[in-house]
This record gives sequence, C-alpha cells and structure tokens, in this order.
Amino acid sequence: MLTAVWVYAELNQGTLAASALELLTKARSLGAETVAAVCLGPGAAEAAGELGRHGARTVYTSTDPAFAELLPGGPCADTLAALIAEHRPDLILFPGSCGGRDVAGRIVAKLGVPVIANGLDIEAGEAVAVTSSVFGATQVVRTEFRGQRPWVALFRPKSFVAAPDADVPARVVDVPAAIDQRHRAARIVGRSRDAAAGPGLEEAPVVVSGGRGLQDPRNFGLLYQLADLLHGAVGASRAVVDAGWVPYALQVGQTGKTVKPNVYIACGISGAMQHTVGMKGSRHIVAINRDPQAPIFKLADLGIVGDATQVISRLITELGGTPGPPASADSAS
Amino acid sequence: MNIVVCVKQIPDPNTPGELDPAAHRLRREGVDAVLDPGDEFGIEAGLALAEAHGGEVRVVSMGPDRSVEAIRKALAMGAARGVLVVDPALGGADAVTTARVLAAAIRRDPFDLVITATESTDGYTGVVPQAIAELLGVPAVTFARSLGFDGSTLTVQRQTENGTETVEAGLPCVLSVTAGVNEPRYPSLRGIMQARSKPLDRLALSDLGLQAGPVGQEVVTVVPAPERQAGEVFPDDGSGAQRIVQLLERAKVI
Repeated sequence: MLTAVWVYAELNQGTLAASALELLTKARSLGAETVAAVCLGPGAAEAAGELGRHGARTVYTSTDPAFAELLPGGPCADTLAALIAEHRPDLILFPGSCGGRDVAGRIVAKLGVPVIANGLDIEAGEAVAVTSSVFGATQVVRTEFRGQRPWVALFRPKSFVAAPDADVPARVVDVPAAIDQRHRAARIVGRSRDAAAGPGLEEAPVVVSGGRGLQDPRNFGLLYQLADLLHGAVGASRAVVDAGWVPYALQVGQTGKTVKPNVYIACGISGAMQHTVGMKGSRHIVAINRDPQAPIFKLADLGIVGDATQVISRLITELGGTPGPPASADSAS
Repeated sequence: MNIVVCVKQIPDPNTPGELDPAAHRLRREGVDAVLDPGDEFGIEAGLALAEAHGGEVRVVSMGPDRSVEAIRKALAMGAARGVLVVDPALGGADAVTTARVLAAAIRRDPFDLVITATESTDGYTGVVPQAIAELLGVPAVTFARSLGFDGSTLTVQRQTENGTETVEAGLPCVLSVTAGVNEPRYPSLRGIMQARSKPLDRLALSDLGLQAGPVGQEVVTVVPAPERQAGEVFPDDGSGAQRIVQLLERAKVI
C-alpha cells in the first residue's frame, strides 16, 4: 500500500526536535518499504545518526546556514518539494509545531495534496487513516486519505513514544538547498528563550498550572515555589498568556504544549476545552477552583472548591516551605 | 497601504461544537454563529496599521450565506469593504481549497499585507495562512505576538515552542497574529450604522475562475472520546492542602 513514508525532522536552532523521533517510530510501523527523514539546517548532519537509530533508512540533509536565518516555511518547503518530485513518497508526517505548520501549509498548497492536521494516530491498511480529536478532544474523528499523493499529516506533540530501532546507520544524502531570493524578504534577526521557559514543562513529572482564578500575575510566584518543592514545572492557561501574565512557552493546551505528567495541578483554571486538550492525558489531575461548576472538575481525580492562592499557600507550608505573600488584584487600593 | 484581513464565521465557541454524524461536517444549524474571536486581533492589527500609515482594510471570507454577519462586524469595527465567497460546492471544503479560494479573492485587488489568525477556533487545521502565502508567492510571517511597522519593514515578535524570534519582513507578505497581539476595539454605534452601507461583494467560485477540486480526504467515523472519570470534589474547609498531599503520596511524588 505504502512504498515510501517520510518524516519531516524539525531542527530547533541546531537541535533535533523530540517530534522527529516520535514520528519516525510511528512511520516504521506503517509497513512501508522505505522510511526516510528530511532534516534541513545546521545540525542536520549530526542529527542523522539519531534519525537512523529510530528507523530512517535514508536521511536527506542540508546544513545550509540560511535555513536557520530565514523563516522555515519558504526554503524548507521548496527544498522538500524538489525531493518529493524526485522520489515521490506516499505519505509525509509532520510535527504540528509552528515550523511544521509553516512548511506543511506551503507543501500542500504547492502540490495540491490533502492535509490532515491535529493527528493523534495513524494506521495504514486498506486505507491510510488519521485519528484526530476535535472540539477540545470531546470527539474522535477518523479521516481517510483519498486522491493525489503525497498525503500530508500533522501530529500533536507526544502522540507517539519514541523508541530506537536496530542500530543500522542511515544513508545520508546531502541535498541542495532551495534558497530563493524571495525567501530572504523575511529574516530572523534575533532570538530569545522566554525567561521563564523551564526546559522541562513537557518532561516534568509534576506540572503546576495557573489560570485567571489566581487573580493576580504575582501569584504565579506561589506556583513556582510549589513546583520547586515538587521538582516540577509551571504551566499556564491561554487566558493568562494572552493577558501577558506569563510567556507563551508556559501555555498548555490546543495552541500550546501538550503535557502528560504524573500529576497535573490546575490552579484557578476553569477547564476550557482549549486547555484540557493539552493536559487530559495526565496520570493524576488535581483542580482547585472557586466555581464548583467549573468544567475542570469533570476530569479531576481530586477537586478542591476554593481559592487557589490560599490552598497553594497552605500546601507549600505542608510541604515544608514558606509561602510568599499572596497578592490580590485589589490589594493596592 | 492595501490591507486584507481573512475572517471566518464559526459556531459560537462557548457552545460545544458538534459534527453532523451523517454528513461528518460541522453542524451549523441551531448554533449561534459568530465572527471567530481569533480574527478580531487581525482586524484590529489591520485597522491600527491603516490608521497609522494610511490605506484601507478589506475583509475576505469564505462560508455560507450568513457569514455576511461576521463580515459586517469587521466593517463595523472599521474595515472599508468586504468580500464573501459563497458557493454550494464549497461545503466541507478542506484547507487547500480554502486557501485557493481566499488567495483568489485576495488577488482580485492589489494587496500589500494579508493578515490572518494563526488558526480558526473551530477547525484548528492551522495551515491555511501558510498555504495562502504559498499561492500568493509571498513570505508568511507567522505566530506574531507583537508587531511594528516603520512604513516599509514589519518587525514581528514571533512566538514559537522554543521562545521568541524577532523577524523583519518587507511587503507584500502574509502575517498571522496570535490572540494577545493587541486589544481589539468594540464596534461603535456609528460604526455599526455605517457598516450597513459599506460595500460587500458576494462571489461564487466561477467568479474567481475556480472550480471545486477533487476530494482529498473523507471522514469515516466520529465517536465520542473516552471520558475521564471525575473523581471526588471537596469544598475547601481547610483540608484541601492535606488532601492534595495525600494524592501526591499516592502518586509517589513525595
């Protein structure tokens, strides 16, 4: 059914994204004759070994520095399109990240091929079907590809668990970078890691997340204290990220990160579908909210109806810490 | 400056969405329809740029007939005119078809900047802005969290999973903006009155020289997701913290 399955292996400032190994692990289970990865940018040559260990028999690379200086969409899509024209893969798996969306969106427009986004799983049998969840993961949709190939699918982070395959080195094929002059019209001139972006939000065994119910951005200090005591990381709802309380790197949900920690503590988060889609896979969920009707309680193992700031302060004390003073939006008056 | 903002009318996101189990499409009947709240940030960004640098904002949309209400809201906020592509052949259109239609509607008149949200709040496919940019042959500056313009160069803070990038781009380009990039204005009463007489074109696919493409995908099943069991909920009588400690112990976190 499938001859060649490819994975778009994303690089973030020279480092291979975790999604590349997750997608390759899935790709090699689809029964295709060949699995290949496309990895573009400085760091691609170094990433090839790891991609090979996870099932890529061929890795198409380019280490042209322009890939890191320009937005990924144009140059990566043009380079990938040339490879597609030459090798005609049946299916390409992309991460649903900012960069993955930038490249996949251009590829499907360029080639006029179908795209299925927000995938959680994929199966290849009589047909190739992608499972995705819609409406805040309340419904599961199975969509089959039809028509012209390559079919393009984008997957939410952590949809698959990366596992190495046999230690066979991949064939590395260096390819010419298609850097058109018009791609240079948009350039990356600076980068900053968000100050509070602990590296571990997606890996942390405990995530302490805050929402509007904390009432004051200063109360995030209590969440950091609690997270430190539990060796966890701090997350946030979209509402408080949009309000500028905390950086986007902390956002958990549909348009943020997907986390699956051992314990997720939602503090003052109502549980809008936008948020729950990014955390409902957590092993244990604790919710603290003033509103007993808040939807977050429908999926919490333990729900506490009360003021999140007070409960967290007491919890910090219980764990041997000294909570900082709670802030309230009207404390200044 | 000719600024185009792409907008979409969606079922009110405050009511849970539903797929029609027979047609496997978004059920629109009996659900309030609203301008996608995510689009208001793009409209605001366009209006602010036009006010500061001259020019006008036009809105482009694809959808069923009643999407004119969403366009009217954008006009009431201050956009100068609107275009709605409405065609029975577009029911259930996929991302590529949507991008083709919007790109063709955008190209009918000169454009310097095309502004979109990063994804629709109902479909969440999230690749249409990039697909439009490809079809228009311009850069896509995506996921803007803040933006500045000096008359020739856009400077954008682009938010990604790994932090923030500063991007500079010339025009023309496609710009996708996140919620939080600005504070959208409310339509004034005067704006609402004026919106009624602003030009609003309705176009069919054939007006754009397009025809419906082949279907590239088919929804085969829609089933409810397995529900998580709700646990116990307690009012905080002072024991909340201890209960959480007990759960942390059971989970072997402490």
